[in-house]
Amino acid sequence: MTNLFLLQLLNGLQFGVLLFLIAAGLTLVFGIMDFVNLSHGAMYMVGAYLVVSFAGMTGSYTLGLLLVLPATLALGLALEFLVFRHLYDRSHLDQVLATFGLVMVITEAVEIIWGAAPLTVAMPDALSGSIPLIGPLRYPVFRLAIIAAGLLTAVGLWFVITRTRIGMRLRAGATNRAMLSALGVDVGRLFTVIFAFGAMLAGFAGAMVAPILAVDPGMGESVLILAFVVIVIGGIGSIKGAFAGALLVGVVDTVGRTFGPIALGAMMEPSAAAQAGRVLAPMLVYILMAVILALRPAGLFGQRA
Amino acid sequence: MNPRIRNIAALVIFGGFAILPVIAHLVGDSFLVVIATRILAFAIAALALDLILGYGGMVSFGHAAYLGFGAYAVAILSRAGITDLGLHLLAGTAMAAPFALITGAISLRTRGVYFIMITLAFAQMVYFFFVSLSAYGGDDGVTLQARSTLLGQPLLENDTTLLYVTLALLVGSYLLALRITQSRFGRVLTGTRENAVRMQAVGFSPFRYQLTAYVISGCIASIAGVMLANQTEFVSPALMNWHRSGELIVMVVLGGVGNLIGAVGGAVIALLLEEWLSGMSDHWPLFFGLFLVGIVLVSRDGISGLIRRIGGGVK
Repeated sequence: MTNLFLLQLLNGLQFGVLLFLIAAGLTLVFGIMDFVNLSHGAMYMVGAYLVVSFAGMTGSYTLGLLLVLPATLALGLALEFLVFRHLYDRSHLDQVLATFGLVMVITEAVEIIWGAAPLTVAMPDALSGSIPLIGPLRYPVFRLAIIAAGLLTAVGLWFVITRTRIGMRLRAGATNRAMLSALGVDVGRLFTVIFAFGAMLAGFAGAMVAPILAVDPGMGESVLILAFVVIVIGGIGSIKGAFAGALLVGVVDTVGRTFGPIALGAMMEPSAAAQAGRVLAPMLVYILMAVILALRPAGLFGQRA
Repeated sequence: MNPRIRNIAALVIFGGFAILPVIAHLVGDSFLVVIATRILAFAIAALALDLILGYGGMVSFGHAAYLGFGAYAVAILSRAGITDLGLHLLAGTAMAAPFALITGAISLRTRGVYFIMITLAFAQMVYFFFVSLSAYGGDDGVTLQARSTLLGQPLLENDTTLLYVTLALLVGSYLLALRITQSRFGRVLTGTRENAVRMQAVGFSPFRYQLTAYVISGCIASIAGVMLANQTEFVSPALMNWHRSGELIVMVVLGGVGNLIGAVGGAVIALLLEEWLSGMSDHWPLFFGLFLVGIVLVSRDGISGLIRRIGGGVK
């Protein structure tokens, strides 16, 4: 039981770290530009598809992963230039409409290019084994690598945001965009950078998770909704909040699916518990969000409601 | 919108649907009636959304959940042997109202982007609830044995009757919504959208008005779900996928926000466009998506804004 719990905790951490990579870009765009970008999840999907193709072309997953970064960065820049920059001063409604349209375009384009059937990509040999944790418990190296990469990215982001000039501007922008602009900062260029960078992070997440998932056109959407939950829980615009929210959602979702029915089984008869567990488990993160927002409308680390 | 123009638009749209079965009969294409019923049902939902979005400034990204309540009311009651349309409508409303009351009360503590996202999350909760409801087919949904009965008779099995009943429900919802928005209640709601703090200062409690409107909107949307279930004779969680909520917003914004008839027109345009594009290409979402992006980029207020601009900027 303890071993199973530890295993699920690690899986939750891995999922949480992944959610953080997606939520980080989303929350910056959300918090600083007050921009609802529904197409962010599509970047994650595109990252996964690109790594399948790039790995096929170069014969190496690692090389493919490295190629995904500039590719999704370029795609983010292109979208910002073509669509997003025209929507900054528009209502949330217009942003929802346009980015909803973009989701349809990107998803369909992916289906045209790669087909609707799920694809797979082989993970690199060096990371394909598993290592012993405690006793008989082993854990896949690749998942540990995802956790490590996610945590490293989080540390890197933390450093950029708290210790550098661009980070200072980001924080200033999240607090008062008009003031930042009045101080002579080229806010437009700052936006472009954040958008492209966010797209790259999401693409990175998709590329990293591709070897352990089936890559399919629906993968961006489920993750997008969860990423929204993450940043709403954490507080919009806060990287710290996104990190806390992502780990919370990742762990609650993963552990809840396994241990929810077990916990319920202690309270009611097994068949009813199994049924209730199946119903409740997928709803758990949304219940968590509702409770947190009911107590703190601006999220855990949010300043504005 | 100018009340006279609105009345003319309403007459044209509703009248058009009323004579549609005759046209369908003349051209010998009975499928037109089926499409029209689907459009009418979605128009009810879009109208419900416009009531809170256009007048209350509440951008709900979870209105598909209410479609689900209506549709599952039909599925669940039918299986229990209760087939009357009136009872189905009542049951859908009875599920939608408390859900809207509770989630609305929580959601209204937040503003702006938070509101959009929290309504989305609540709808996802309902979505996953029905996905895991294995007694009713879970993910795959459930096929209905028959349509709802009217006065104990299987009258709705006739597609034309179903169209007229749906049209009647749409017109009824429209008149109700119109009446609500023109009442004092509606003016407080609009005032709150413009400036909640000021409304509070004048002595109103914005929260209660917004919540009431939210509940009414959810109930009307559940009617759409009941009729959709009847039209397709099939109920599945796909009806409340977040995409569906997005489509409802698309309909409202396309037709123009905050005048009710625009939402109806938007539903007509969006679904006809979808129908037309899907007939031309399997990859129709690509073109539909490009159309949406294009509309937003060139116009600020959907198609009605575009028409206004082309017409010389007269409001």
